[in-house]
Amino acid sequence: MSVSEATDWLDLRVEGLKKSFGSHEVLRGIDLSVGKGEVVVLFGRSGSGKSTLLRCVNFLEEPTAGVIEVAGIRVEGGGLRTKAQRERIRQLRIRTGMVFQEFNLFPHRTALENVMEGPLTVLHKPRREVEATARELLAMVGLPDKADHFPIQLSGGQQQRVAIARALAMNPRVMLFDEPTSALDPELIGEVLSVMRRLATELHMTMLVVTHEMGFAREVASRMVFMYEGEIIEEGPPAQVLGDPQRPETRRFLEAVL
Amino acid sequence: MTTNGGGGAPVAPPPAPGYQPGRRERLELYSAHVPFTLKLVAVWAVILAILASLFAIADFDTAWMLDHAEFIARGITWTIVIAVFAIVLACILALLGALGRLSRNAVAVGVTGFYTSFFRGTPLIVQLFLIYLALPQIGLALGDPWLDILTLDVLTAGVIALGLNYGAYMTEIFRAGIQSVGHGQSEAAEALGMTYRQKMRRVVIPQAVRVIIPPTGNEFIAMLKDTALVSFLGVSIERMEIFRRAQLVGKADFRNLEALIVAALIYWGLTTVFQYFQLRLERRLSKGYVRGTAGVAVAGERAAPAG
Repeated sequence: MSVSEATDWLDLRVEGLKKSFGSHEVLRGIDLSVGKGEVVVLFGRSGSGKSTLLRCVNFLEEPTAGVIEVAGIRVEGGGLRTKAQRERIRQLRIRTGMVFQEFNLFPHRTALENVMEGPLTVLHKPRREVEATARELLAMVGLPDKADHFPIQLSGGQQQRVAIARALAMNPRVMLFDEPTSALDPELIGEVLSVMRRLATELHMTMLVVTHEMGFAREVASRMVFMYEGEIIEEGPPAQVLGDPQRPETRRFLEAVL
Repeated sequence: MTTNGGGGAPVAPPPAPGYQPGRRERLELYSAHVPFTLKLVAVWAVILAILASLFAIADFDTAWMLDHAEFIARGITWTIVIAVFAIVLACILALLGALGRLSRNAVAVGVTGFYTSFFRGTPLIVQLFLIYLALPQIGLALGDPWLDILTLDVLTAGVIALGLNYGAYMTEIFRAGIQSVGHGQSEAAEALGMTYRQKMRRVVIPQAVRVIIPPTGNEFIAMLKDTALVSFLGVSIERMEIFRRAQLVGKADFRNLEALIVAALIYWGLTTVFQYFQLRLERRLSKGYVRGTAGVAVAGERAAPAG
């Protein structure tokens, strides 16, 4: 496993990432670096490849070509996987937290058990320590009294906050958010965004976020990345990208959503 | 109004003043007031009465039946032992079979494909005799240690045959159960860094079990009855299950009807008992899927406005 030097300040690097579904090329060569504590917001029309990019980062989608590097673990995309390569992907996933649009909590486990699952099963940490951390995390996302609730007994916003706690419990280097508020009723979006804001501002978590919440992006993002037809065509600090977009595609998209 | 709007079919004219409903109509009106449950009980009573009168004609010997019921009932132990061991074997095979069918490994797909195809494509009774009679023949050909290994006693052969046969059918049940767990669950487990085994053991199978339990309960109840087939192999008297015992005493005293009725009632009773347990298990497994089953706080929330 080659740990590359001179990338200590980087938590995530994507090089030349390509992804095709059949003959349809969804990603056409993406280069993206996310530094420690950076919050990068990916935005663009649906079908522009932003979710696919996010899902390629932890190999839920197998890239057709390119390199993904998380916390010094480099994995090349494409081709068949040997056992050793699959293990390297697993190591990469352990260092990556993922929050899904549809929450995907384990319905047969309580909120607390959901948060404990990763550290217990994957990291084999002692139960007592794991439970204490899990309770702290539930408190941090504002749900200290919901530990013994099953997901179905929680609202969408509460479920998503448990899902964030579950991902954080692995102590990841990078958090990936795949449209975390898109499945929520409008009145529940705020509670999830405020948890994400705390992650960024108080914990300085490295985050890669796909979202349509431009208000959140303006306030929290260190950098905004606009994707168009499988390519990054514009990026920069929110004030610049939102205030003075350079590309006509970006301008048109922003006019439509703002 | 003499016709209804739709079909134009004639409708009975409204009763004239002083109209007396006919006998049939009175019966109908009366019947409408009898509770449904009461009617059900009556129907069952009639069916049993008909059966009882048939038995009476056939010179049914109730006293003999009661005398020999205990002897037949002693077979319950073996019936249940065979069924329980066989269902455990079947569940293990079904799980392996389902994982094999769903895998991308050619060996696993090939082996499980052959297994399910053969054991679903041939009669259970043939499989039973193959395992009991044909295996020793192979053992004989292979030489010394194999003859001992492949010569099975009746109950072991029965358990293995039933387990193999039911496992092949249950492979489909388990496969459907595993596939019923949403793809998002797999992704969530993988994103946490779980291995395939961890994902299956901790996330997928526990959720699939909910879907698998009801049809598996049905299979167990069916198997409880199919244990009777083992009696065709012939066993020593102390290890006979229900059906074999019923045959034995029934033939000896030429009281076949009585003996078989006892056996049938015992099977019926057993299946009813196990159906009840199955229902309770299903209720328990719905935990986490029905709002308010486990949440103390949920009950508290409901009570809050009142207090």
